[in-house]
Amino acid sequence: MSSTWFRRSKQGILTSTKEKKETPDGLWHKCPECKATNTKQELSDNLYVCPHCGYHNRINAVEYFEILFDNNEYEELFTNIMPKDMLHFVDMKPYDSRLVDAQKATNLTDAMTVGVGNMNSQPIVIACMNFNFIGGSMGSVVGEKISRGIDYAIEHKLPFMIITKSGGARMMESAFSLMQMAKTAAKLTRLAKAGLPYISFMTDPTTGGVTASYAMLGDINIAEPNALIGFAGPRVIKETIKKDLPDGFQKSEFLLEHGFLDFIVNRKVLKIKLSQVVQWFVKDAAGAIASDLN
Amino acid sequence: MQFLDFEKPIEDLYTQISKLKELSVKNQVDVSGSIKEMETAVEKARTDIYSNLTPWQRVQVSRHPERPYTLYYIEKIFTNFTELYGDRQVKDDKAMVAGMAELNGHPVMVMGQQKGINTKMRQMRNFGMANPEGYRKALRLMKLAEKFNRPIITFIDTPGAFPGLEAEERGQAEAIARNLFEMVNMKVPVICIIIGEGASGGALGIGVGDKVTMLENTWYTVISPESCSSILWRSWNFKEKAAEQLKLTSIDMSGFGLVDDVVPEPLGGAHANPELMAETLKEYLIESINELSKLTPDERINGRIEKFSKMGFFDEV
Ligand SMILES: [Zn+2]
Repeated sequence: MSSTWFRRSKQGILTSTKEKKETPDGLWHKCPECKATNTKQELSDNLYVCPHCGYHNRINAVEYFEILFDNNEYEELFTNIMPKDMLHFVDMKPYDSRLVDAQKATNLTDAMTVGVGNMNSQPIVIACMNFNFIGGSMGSVVGEKISRGIDYAIEHKLPFMIITKSGGARMMESAFSLMQMAKTAAKLTRLAKAGLPYISFMTDPTTGGVTASYAMLGDINIAEPNALIGFAGPRVIKETIKKDLPDGFQKSEFLLEHGFLDFIVNRKVLKIKLSQVVQWFVKDAAGAIASDLN
Repeated sequence: MQFLDFEKPIEDLYTQISKLKELSVKNQVDVSGSIKEMETAVEKARTDIYSNLTPWQRVQVSRHPERPYTLYYIEKIFTNFTELYGDRQVKDDKAMVAGMAELNGHPVMVMGQQKGINTKMRQMRNFGMANPEGYRKALRLMKLAEKFNRPIITFIDTPGAFPGLEAEERGQAEAIARNLFEMVNMKVPVICIIIGEGASGGALGIGVGDKVTMLENTWYTVISPESCSSILWRSWNFKEKAAEQLKLTSIDMSGFGLVDDVVPEPLGGAHANPELMAETLKEYLIESINELSKLTPDERINGRIEKFSKMGFFDEV
């Protein structure tokens, strides 16, 4: 498969050091789970998975794309779509200055990055959420980029994947944020009719309106280990039922147990596993099955 | 009659009227003239108050304890209603009611969240907060309607999908997501009416239609003003401010193109004259179904996809 339409983005704006803010500054990183200390280099070499306990540190699009796209070569799509404070929403801080601050802090434009590139030589469109941008919240830009990502996948007959990492809806976009749930679901019906696979890959955390729309609508739904995945947040549930929540509640393993995930995948085998799965969907199946016995 | 805090002038007038009536019985005097005057004053007070409702006041009206709920509209608008129960998987969800009915002699499927009319019923109805079973019951019956080419009418009135432990175990998120996907694809006309509270994914879970319509004094957005206040202002004290900022009223929502129509309420809100409200809504439903029936299933489905795809604001640079 050709990769002519991808440009190298290694030197581009995407991989600036600023954007890797989610991983801690300095030389050392202390695992939030087992407290073991590793150098940042060791951690990034290990795909931000703790070498001691296997804890999956939160990473964003730039790191996932580096893990998944061959040679970190991909084209970022729809970079021209920018968020806007149409409602002039003001809480403790105006939304437009929240946006500017988040853009400065992350060097991103919003909580969604879409890339197209080869994954083990198979072209694929991947939309990945950035938790570092206002909690990965879903506003109009997130919905629009998914929508256009789906159009792009249909136009080029490519498999489509979304990596979710989000606290849910972006309240500062009010009902527009809510409607992104219906919008993305509507566009996914088009992808389904085009017979193209959609893989939903949930990472820590995936909650609220994101879970209750595109995250749960994959042809296959998969997740990283120990990711928080749910509709309501644990604090709200605890307040509602006035009881402590059981250990492991709303974690990936819990969802797998209750039948809402196809499987859980460790980041270290993510690329190979995803490639296998995508091949199942895209392989030309016409004709008879050759026998090994010949 | 129950009055909201901002309806104090109306309440005072009603108190005066009943005092006057008592007095007239006691003293055997004719006060009909004065009563008539005061009733005019009530009308005037209602008009004044209701033509200047703040967003938070509309939220209060949408939650008025005497406001008509789903089953009231079903009873008043339709005939031959047979309630249908259960999701065929886990159980029947009392927060979501559904059934077959006829609208002016034409078979339709109706459903919606149901709030309780008294303390005991409120518990039983789980305050109109459905579990996954409710959304799955709704979907099961939408598919039944689709199979037999019957239009679907949903009534939305919920403070949200239930945030409970079992709800999570049984896939609240999956149930809502599935409904969004399937409702987009329904071959038959789908009309969704927000009759009270339209809170977040719990509302949207039965809210994807050819027509999404709000009654005048309802609200519809991503979060309740109270929760919004507690999250964004880190205090419960900014609900009025949150209601303003969220732009959650029917006027705002239709201005944004996020809902298709607004159905006017009687003076003083739906609870002031439920019969009239039901009558107005019935006319609206008949008109809408007639309009939507002229389209082919593909036209309706594509129309839905196009409509929702356009929702959102952003700059293209
Ligand atoms: Zn560790």
